[in-house]
Amino acid sequence: MSERLWNILTEGFTRMLVPGLTVTIPLTVLGFSLAFVIAVAVALVQFAKVPVLKQVSRLYIWIFRGTPLLVQLYVIYYGLGQVGLRLSPFVAGVLTLGINEGAYCAESVRSALESIPVGQLEAGECVGMTWWQTIRRIILPQAMRTAFPPLGNSLIAMLKDTSLVSSITLAEMFMASKRLVGRYYEPMALYLEVAVFYLFFSTILTLLERWGEKKLNTYEYK
Amino acid sequence: MLEVRELKKSFRDQEILKGIDLTVEKGDVVAVIGPSGAGKTTLLRCINFLEKADSGAMTFDGADYDLGNMKKKDILSLRQKTGFVFQSYNLFRNKTALQNITEGLIVARKMVKEPAVAIAEEMLEKVGLLDKRDSYPSQLSGGQQQRVAIARAMAADPEIIYFDEPTSALDPELTGEVLTVMRRLAEEGMTMLVVTHELGFARSVADKVVFMEDGQVVESAPAGEFFAAPKTGRAKEFLRILDRA
Ligand SMILES: Nc1ncnc2c1ncn2[C@@H]1O[C@H](COP(=O)(O)OP(=O)(O)OP(=O)(O)O)[C@@H](O)[C@H]1O
Ligand SMILES: [Mg+2]
Repeated sequence: MSERLWNILTEGFTRMLVPGLTVTIPLTVLGFSLAFVIAVAVALVQFAKVPVLKQVSRLYIWIFRGTPLLVQLYVIYYGLGQVGLRLSPFVAGVLTLGINEGAYCAESVRSALESIPVGQLEAGECVGMTWWQTIRRIILPQAMRTAFPPLGNSLIAMLKDTSLVSSITLAEMFMASKRLVGRYYEPMALYLEVAVFYLFFSTILTLLERWGEKKLNTYEYK
Repeated sequence: MLEVRELKKSFRDQEILKGIDLTVEKGDVVAVIGPSGAGKTTLLRCINFLEKADSGAMTFDGADYDLGNMKKKDILSLRQKTGFVFQSYNLFRNKTALQNITEGLIVARKMVKEPAVAIAEEMLEKVGLLDKRDSYPSQLSGGQQQRVAIARAMAADPEIIYFDEPTSALDPELTGEVLTVMRRLAEEGMTMLVVTHELGFARSVADKVVFMEDGQVVESAPAGEFFAAPKTGRAKEFLRILDRA
């Protein structure tokens, strides 16, 4: 490898790692937290068959699963900006990623809720617990265990999707690699380098997910 | 202590319960028997509000209720005075045997942890499963799970316990251990309404037998009388077929 290329890659290392740690990871963590909260709420509304809210939930899922994330980013950042709601690129990114992935996660949580035998809820009610107490203490913990692997996939998908937020001017990790390519014209080496960073972060998330799954399995039940 | 009058329930346009009358005296064991599809499960589910009755009245502990129009608050308070044992046990799968019992005490009855645990241990002792206190349902046999379920129903010190075919999902060997627990419970004076196919149990433990068929109570009599000489032809036929099997 030429010394020039080596120097470019070393420079790239810090120039990508820093936005990776300070932008890409926070974007993923905050976006996913939002997605998770939305998912549980939307799934419960459907599970409990709350009138009106249930239809609203279906509409939300239909729209956000049926349109591209990139288009959603543009609508929320540029579109809302035009009508007077100016969000910072970071906030727009967190919101869009959260709302978008929330639609997918809601389906994971809903199908997990529906996989819990109805007798679990009835047993809770028969010992005098309210519907909500039973949901919180008996049904959700079981459903979370079922939903954990698909939610883990969503988390990793979100990490990769953060690269799209570069298109609304957010200086995250992929943006850093594009800037370096612009300066040095080494697309192959630099894009491969940023790919390695994504791979590194997603591997860590995968390991975390496995560890979490094991932890959940300490409940010795099937 | 429990009286049900004119209980009616339809699923879609099919009438499943066609006006059930039922009385359970305090301390009595009442066995409900009858062919499959008679509506026995639906009856129990309606009087514990797992299913909403279309109409009917209930007197529980001296208080009157309109079964077709129950208030949430009344349902909650009645459920705290009753226990329910399911055919399929329905132990909380994410809780240990002990937690299955303490859960209702702590969450529904707002009991503090220590006395709840003490009660749960006493109940597990009664059903002979204290050594399984920290096992999850998946680590227990069907018979053990059902005994924990009975312990859970007893823990709240209910006025009455409803049983829906508590042994019909069990092998014959495991059936015995559950029936033994129920027999002991009856001897202690617990009021029990038991849907069962175990005629032997009904014969030896029940004070009263209610024979149901096709959504109706066909015959209701003291157990001794019923088994010695059922009055209706349908009940005779039912006993004859079961005895032969
Ligand atoms: N949720 C439901 N929706 C529609 N029909 C139902 C429902 N639950 C029960 N039924 C019908 O009601 C009738 C009575 O059912 P039920 O389970 O009460 O009978 P059972 O006497 O308990 O029978 P078994 O001895 O087989 O348990 C059956 O014909 C059944 O198909
Ligand atoms: Mg039944």
